[in-house]
Amino acid sequence: MLSRRHFLTKATAIGCSLAASPLVTPVTFAAAPWDTRLVVIILRGGMDGLDVVRPSADPAFAALRPTLTAGKVGLDLDGFFTLHPALAPLMPLWHREELGFVHAVSTPYRDKRSHFDGQDILEAGTDTHVGQVRDGWLNRMLQVVPGLEADTAYAIGNNDIRVLRGAAPVANWAPEANLRLSPQALRLAELVMEEDPAMQAALAEAQMLSSDLGKPNGKGGAEREIADFAAARLRGSARVAAFSLPGWDTHRRQQHALPRSLNRLSQTLLALRSGLGAHIWAKTAVVAMTEFGRTARENGTNGTDHGTAGLMLLAGGAIRGGRVYGHWPGLAAAELYEERDLMPTGDVRAPVAWIMRGLNGLAQSDLERSVFPGLDMGQDMRVLR
Amino acid sequence: MTGFSPFLAEHRFGYGQSADIPPPSSISEMLASLEGRDRAQAQFPIPKFRHLQDAFVLRRRFGRFARDNPDSAEGKAALKKSKDVLRSLRRERSTWFAQLQLRRISGNQGFRERLVTFWGDHFTAFGKNNILALATPAYLEEAVRPHLNGHFADLLTACITEPLMLHYLDQSASVGPNSIAAKRRPGRLGLNENLAREVLELHTLGVNGPYVQRDVHELAKLLTGLSATRNFGFKFRSKFVEPGAEIVLGERYGPEASIAPIRKVLQDLALHPETAAHIARKLAVHFVSDTPSSAIVDHIKTAYLKSDGALSACYAALLEHPDAWALPATNMRPPDEFVSASLRVLGVTPAMLHDLTHKQTRRLFFRPLSLMGQPWLRPEGPDGFDEEDAAWVTPQGISARLDWAMNAPARLLEELPDPASLLNLGVGSDAPQSLSFAANSAENRAVAVGLVLCSPAFQRR
Repeated sequence: MLSRRHFLTKATAIGCSLAASPLVTPVTFAAAPWDTRLVVIILRGGMDGLDVVRPSADPAFAALRPTLTAGKVGLDLDGFFTLHPALAPLMPLWHREELGFVHAVSTPYRDKRSHFDGQDILEAGTDTHVGQVRDGWLNRMLQVVPGLEADTAYAIGNNDIRVLRGAAPVANWAPEANLRLSPQALRLAELVMEEDPAMQAALAEAQMLSSDLGKPNGKGGAEREIADFAAARLRGSARVAAFSLPGWDTHRRQQHALPRSLNRLSQTLLALRSGLGAHIWAKTAVVAMTEFGRTARENGTNGTDHGTAGLMLLAGGAIRGGRVYGHWPGLAAAELYEERDLMPTGDVRAPVAWIMRGLNGLAQSDLERSVFPGLDMGQDMRVLR
Repeated sequence: MTGFSPFLAEHRFGYGQSADIPPPSSISEMLASLEGRDRAQAQFPIPKFRHLQDAFVLRRRFGRFARDNPDSAEGKAALKKSKDVLRSLRRERSTWFAQLQLRRISGNQGFRERLVTFWGDHFTAFGKNNILALATPAYLEEAVRPHLNGHFADLLTACITEPLMLHYLDQSASVGPNSIAAKRRPGRLGLNENLAREVLELHTLGVNGPYVQRDVHELAKLLTGLSATRNFGFKFRSKFVEPGAEIVLGERYGPEASIAPIRKVLQDLALHPETAAHIARKLAVHFVSDTPSSAIVDHIKTAYLKSDGALSACYAALLEHPDAWALPATNMRPPDEFVSASLRVLGVTPAMLHDLTHKQTRRLFFRPLSLMGQPWLRPEGPDGFDEEDAAWVTPQGISARLDWAMNAPARLLEELPDPASLLNLGVGSDAPQSLSFAANSAENRAVAVGLVLCSPAFQRR
């Protein structure tokens, strides 16, 4: 066994490595130049925006969705749109104007409707899929502000957060990776890694991140852990967090599949809100976006297929919510894209660009040239309070 | 002049030492192991690409029937069959994983297996639909393995013309703007530069190579015609070919609408001095250090150029250079190699891996590898997995390795090995004192094993 003195020596050594570590930033280090919080959620699989925020008053809608919109009535939003009943827990946010949507938006990606390419373009934030850009737009946003500490931004989950990949340092963590060693095994692991400063620092950081999570409250699944972890980091020195929620590819039995995913989404948002607390939530913007929308018509298996324009969700106290943004293109046959999909009337990158303009004070020229090369931000959409 | 050591021959150039298999005794033995019959492949076979094509056709057929007959019992049965095709293929993938691990852990051709991984990563390709997402093992089997020890030009040509690569980098749908096909459907079909760009940037000259956008564009036009059938068989579509000759790096190719000028440009790119430098550097970075000396890079490059890109000459140059045997070892084993080296040093047998269910394989390997940062055969993009050590020494990566090393061995083995002999086998005779101490003081054997596997001495090679 190790002696007590040995333990103390170890503790001191770890203390030193913590201070030197790029991830563990004492207050004396320069933090991000903004105090607001930005959370980006990638909804993987192609969320059916037409079923989530339903254009109930559009004369063509009911005929396009005979099965999917039958039964449970949506929750009225503004007299034109109704909200999917599975998002009922979010209605209080809507009434407080902390929840909003942008409808009929899409990436510049067209026609092939592949998840793979669609997500690549969504996270790269580029015009087309030409392979020249290997980093993500959220990372390029960080690159605009030189000298940021790595713990300014967290990519949370299984290494699949391409939107944060790139040259700017970013912290990665999956709650699933929590250290579960006995205290003795942990001390020995520290001893073994002592000869290798990089591994030693990584282990020390892993310990800090694991302990930070606190006890799981038992409710909710992986997404709840992720939301709790994100909230814990954002209460500290982190200013940006990104993670993904899968499960939106509803080709069949959408009445059953979609509510499950919507329930996870609303749990995530509510966990973020309660985890952040009213004070930080007030300066937070949450953006949830998906690679494409789905077909206007339901298909033969009570589902929908890959489409084009979709829906973006905005939440947080910094958001001017309580409204559905975007230009509604209509659903008549001639108004559809290729006679099948909701017509895109806005670029999904534009609202995010305006949010980063207002929230993080980025120059419009940086946003249009570096963060989203080739984007025309257009008129200020005033999605922030 | 070299510092050859049997330990490093396995530790740095293979999947580490094994209790049952003697390490190579010389460089020439290592090089000889790359020639002749591929015994590991014969002993642990996996299906060819054709198998996946068949599954794709079957699934589409059932899926179409189900879609056309959504309400009938036959339609519902067809839907289930279509799902089953994918499900059973996913299960099979677990058995391919086991077979590919066994090639690494139970034979004496570790260097050969490491090269399969190295070149498979250099020519990264994976599918963008459910079935083809499972096709990378078959691709490595058919495009990479047969050409490991041949000329780089042949390896390059094999990978670039493989249907999985044509699909992955969008070449199959790239159509010359003035081709017959484009004129038939104006505005609908066009050129895609993805593969052309990656050939220059990743596969041959390297990102700092002497090419400009115009070369990318010309090469893209030259590559038109390389395509696939709707069932992902290779097909040269002359109707997609852009008419006329193209000029790439000052050389003129074409104008005939055939694969011959494409073979020629790949051959020329393979023999370009910048390609030699790029490949030499990449080999040195992968096997020796993130910051290799210019001496070893130049040595490999010279061998490459002298031999017209014979890879066997490059490997010989790598191994005969003293830097190849220098200590201390700094390169971090990537997760995929770390796991295989652990299985090898633990003496995991074919029966143990063959007994695993799909679910167990997922829990013991696929999920942990993803958490460690290296989902199996699935890098983020065409540039493959990181070579940089810092990419792997992250809090999450180290935490996931510790978790796996302390728990997975006990789930695989009935009896865990004696920590002292594991230590000797895994890190050699001069283990750091702190490691011997820790392995001895652990509260149980599982922790001791985990500490040895997670030690810097085992993880860095």
